[in-house]
Amino acid sequence: MRHKVSGNRAESVRSQGTTVALTAITAEEWTAIALSLKVASVATLASLPFGIVTALVLARKNFRGKMLLDGLVHLPLVLPPVVTGYALLLLFGRKGPIGSFLEQTFGMVLSFRWTGAALACAIMGFPLMVRAIRLTMEAIDQKLEHAAGTLGASPFQVFMTVTLPLAMPGIIAGALLCFAKALGEFGATITFVANIPGETQTIPSAIYTYTQTPDGDSGAIRLSIVSVIIALGALIISEILARRTVRHGARGA
Amino acid sequence: MIRFDCRLKRSDFLFDAAFDAGNGVTALFGPSGSGKTTAIRLLAGLESPDHGRILLDDMVLVDTDRGINTPPHRRRMGLVFQDALLLPHLSVQSNLTYGQRFTPRRERRITLDPVVAMLGIGHLLSRRPETLSGGERQRVAIGRALLTSPHVLLMDEPLASLDQERKLEILPFIERLQGEFAIPTVYVSHAVEEIVRLATTVVRLWEGKVVAIGSPAEALAPEPNASATERFNAVSVLTAKVKNLLAEYGMTVLTHPAGDIVAPGRFDSPQGDVQVTIRATNVTLATHKPKGLSVRTVLTGQITALEADGGVFVLASIALPGGDTLRATVTRLAVDELALKPGDTVCALIKSVTISDRNRAASVN
Repeated sequence: MRHKVSGNRAESVRSQGTTVALTAITAEEWTAIALSLKVASVATLASLPFGIVTALVLARKNFRGKMLLDGLVHLPLVLPPVVTGYALLLLFGRKGPIGSFLEQTFGMVLSFRWTGAALACAIMGFPLMVRAIRLTMEAIDQKLEHAAGTLGASPFQVFMTVTLPLAMPGIIAGALLCFAKALGEFGATITFVANIPGETQTIPSAIYTYTQTPDGDSGAIRLSIVSVIIALGALIISEILARRTVRHGARGA
Repeated sequence: MIRFDCRLKRSDFLFDAAFDAGNGVTALFGPSGSGKTTAIRLLAGLESPDHGRILLDDMVLVDTDRGINTPPHRRRMGLVFQDALLLPHLSVQSNLTYGQRFTPRRERRITLDPVVAMLGIGHLLSRRPETLSGGERQRVAIGRALLTSPHVLLMDEPLASLDQERKLEILPFIERLQGEFAIPTVYVSHAVEEIVRLATTVVRLWEGKVVAIGSPAEALAPEPNASATERFNAVSVLTAKVKNLLAEYGMTVLTHPAGDIVAPGRFDSPQGDVQVTIRATNVTLATHKPKGLSVRTVLTGQITALEADGGVFVLASIALPGGDTLRATVTRLAVDELALKPGDTVCALIKSVTISDRNRAASVN
């Protein structure tokens, strides 16, 4: 049976050929695309401050339990995504310890909502973001920060005027990696918030649904092409931003 | 006025030094590992002492007994590092004014224009630090520290990473700082010529301890029980007056009670005193006034001491009329063959090219 289905699908792909890309994107697909962009953007922007602080702590501070924090941050990178998603469901589900607290105090529900998808994506993208930012922060000559300190800048002012601008290429790269990871996140998302069209169905889950449907190939290919375009677009925008930070520096802030 | 008294223990090093630094330039002098940079870092607040006090006029910056340790950004000390450490993402102008914005408005005594003019960096303002030469970078770094209107200027071997030509380019600017802005300065260096040229007071450090404090001539004199290498680096400072200028030869003749000193270059204080430094290794001794030699400077004095440690060399101290002491490194062989002994009158020969001057005009470098 399974063989038969995939055989049919291969045939239909071949028969549709180049017309696939030109076929109009359906309303449902637009919904999935818009939702994906929203989830990935919110996941990236909301986790960026935490990512910068975590990277700073890991790059600059020595304390007991640093290995533990480092391991915890990197865990989603090495765990099967489904396990991460299941852990989120246990913790942030309506009956979970954090989920029930959030619902009772703030009336905020994450499970089976787009906000939950954003949380799952943020957690999956977090290690990539922290890694990129941490590497550039470690490469900054700390003597520059000391010099700024002797010129009268408080530690917070040093961070804002020296560390942050010098780490900007890494911050942009980290944000891009997180955004790309969020766009492609599937395992943790589908486990935590399922695959509800219009609420939690992102591009990957929509593609997955298409592949499970007979004659779903044209939809799957359309969405795949859209994914490629979004990914390329994100790359180009980050490259432009990175160059602009360099030029901005040249003009002297 | 700074009063400094700090102890700091590291696994392989004990720093324990006390000194005062007043107006003018106080030089911290010593070989690497003597604790010069540690002292500067303690002053700037980049390092904290185990025990000690640092006072700046009537302000207590550090007092370990009372738990006071002012963080670097509240000390108002302008620090110039060995490598300029300009902020790479800012233009020269933004680097210069970086510290100014953290300085309370009413305490901004020093403004951009005179600093830029004095350092000759007006044409660099829109450039990026990475496009500057080493000497230009160091000038911007000095300007940046000045523009915080600091109580004290700290300079940590500001010339050490520059080649000889660049050093000669920067030194006059550092000299002029005192005249134009009159900021008490603590200057760290292991280069005798810089110290003699700039310092009013020298604090000589050795293995984390102060071994001598005084004028350059006093503090740079070798210790009685100095090691062979230290003797080798012995330097004398002679005070003379300008006699006349040999413009066609580009030389200046100085009068000293022990004889004329003929030095290259043009000296800028025709009335006042001029100080020249002479390394002990550049002095030749003769028992009679020699003839037919190219050496133009012959000083006559009396040997007061011959210090030998059984090695190849002997450090001779020669008392000159007028009170200066000249030191000469000669071989033990020469001492024996000439039968030199304390009390003998000798002629000291100094090649002009080895005479380094303190007060030469900046324009004829």
